[in-house]
Amino acid sequence: MGMTLSEKILAEKAGRPSVSPGELVMAKVDLALGNDVTSPIAIKAFRAAGAKKVFDRGKIALVADHFTPNKDIASAEQVRTMREFAREQGILHHYDVGRMGIEHVLLPDEGIVGPGDLVIGADSHTCTYGALCAFSTGVGSTDLAAAMVSGEVWLKVPETLRIVLTGRPGKWVEGKDVILHIIGKIGVDGALYRSMEYAGDGIAHLPMAWRFTMTNMAIEAGAKNGIFPFDEVTRAYADARSKRPYKVFSADPDARYADEIRVDLSSLEPVVAFPHLPENTRPVSQAGNVPIDQVVVGSCTNGRIEDLRSAAEVLRGRKVHDGVRMIVFPATQEIWLQAVREGLMEVFVEAGAAVSTPTCGPCLGGHMGILARGERAIATTNRNFVGRMGHPESEVYLSNPAVAAASAVLGRIGGPDELGRRER
Amino acid sequence: MELRGKAWKYGDDVDTDAIIPARYLNTSDPAELAKHCMEDIDTSFAASAAKGDFIVAGKNFGCGSSREHAPIAIRAAGVSAVIARSFARIFYRNSFNMGLPILEAPEAVDEIAAGDLLAVDMGAGVLRNETKGKEYRFTPIPPFMQELVAAGGLMNFMTTKRKGEGA
Ligand code: SF4
Repeated sequence: MGMTLSEKILAEKAGRPSVSPGELVMAKVDLALGNDVTSPIAIKAFRAAGAKKVFDRGKIALVADHFTPNKDIASAEQVRTMREFAREQGILHHYDVGRMGIEHVLLPDEGIVGPGDLVIGADSHTCTYGALCAFSTGVGSTDLAAAMVSGEVWLKVPETLRIVLTGRPGKWVEGKDVILHIIGKIGVDGALYRSMEYAGDGIAHLPMAWRFTMTNMAIEAGAKNGIFPFDEVTRAYADARSKRPYKVFSADPDARYADEIRVDLSSLEPVVAFPHLPENTRPVSQAGNVPIDQVVVGSCTNGRIEDLRSAAEVLRGRKVHDGVRMIVFPATQEIWLQAVREGLMEVFVEAGAAVSTPTCGPCLGGHMGILARGERAIATTNRNFVGRMGHPESEVYLSNPAVAAASAVLGRIGGPDELGRRER
Repeated sequence: MELRGKAWKYGDDVDTDAIIPARYLNTSDPAELAKHCMEDIDTSFAASAAKGDFIVAGKNFGCGSSREHAPIAIRAAGVSAVIARSFARIFYRNSFNMGLPILEAPEAVDEIAAGDLLAVDMGAGVLRNETKGKEYRFTPIPPFMQELVAAGGLMNFMTTKRKGEGA
């Protein structure tokens, strides 16, 4: 019987001719990831188990990004735990200040995750790499510890929800709008325990950056992973970046899907998710009058160069509204530098926005842009839970970078179409 | 193993930021985390939860991040088990990996009120609401998960297994 994309990869990594939904497998990982928040717990567990050596120093990535550059003494201690462990074990993919970036943008860009991989990460947005036709999923610190010792992870083979995309998206509609639309439709547990596998000719209109945004937010629909089929867009990206040979998997024509939904990309408008769940979506044209205090562009969802270009295109020759604070945080050093080269940094600073070094920072209410009581932000991040970006009585709205930038100019939530003429 | 305590009742989609806000993730000390457990949705929980109490919640409990700080905080707050209509998947696996019992019992959840006295027999798959005088059955957890819990979590399970294999 045919297998879905996720089943194909899991079967291979479990060394089995086939697997089917519901089965528990022990599978070999190609990369195990931890960050400055989750790896200290994994390291503690690693030591408590009496382990001495990691299974493969080239198959572990440790990235300091959440509270980095260290926001306080406690986080400095956490990063030190990770740094010392990385040195002691000779971890090859260890990224610290000056070379780091937000993990889920950094690892694919560095070419250390690629098509066909099985990746686990002690971070829920590890599902991002599915855009490359890899099986990747978030786990806890204990799973990371176990994988660092054994190179294996236990996984339950998920059922698959097939999402068929058709049509071409219109102006200002980006990957973020597609995934927010899907989450709005199926809910934050609409794909619980499932794999979200994309299909359909609409995929051809989605650049790599948008696919990453879409698989990044699979977890916001409760999914175990999100995955795109391999095509020429994937090939171009992987060939330019991948540090090792990769393997291409494809779903069987007779694969079994638990469910199917269809999305006509040409019918979508830019979408905003209202507090306090990503499923509370509305077209931006129906947002009403929502004044804002802060705008955040960045994160593992929308901190790529394409996202910065989109925000800059809206901001060029315009000013951030009085009383609005705009913060841009490019996801990696490479993207940061590219933004300088393309003149995007000038656009941001001239518009009155602050640009931060790569960090998760405000995305999780860590540092670099915390909200006070009663404040409201629109952000290109992925979660708008209560207190996500600061005070429990603050609010977060989610959108694509163009809508976030337009809102910064308007001083309230709105789309680029509502903006007046540029100053120059 | 029988667990007894009273119920703390919450709604659907309780996320990991509600269980333990990210601003406290600069530590992994269980006692420290327990002090802030559920803080943003219930300021009384951390101070008043008694050892053995249950968290009872609606669907998709533990959605959001992969932070193990969430089950750590819950366990350190003295909670004996979490009962929900359903769980977010990373929270689900983290709980088993760490040995925090959790169970899905939709019907019981609907009928439990805050403060009800509950008794849970994990092995037999029986939940008694002593306040209401009602009994419910829930699907016992899969054998592999039972092994994990019995071993005291994934790391212990692995260590024992590796020793068994002579590794
Ligand atoms: S940018 Fe936000 S969602 Fe992404 S890894 Fe960092 S904290 Fe998590």
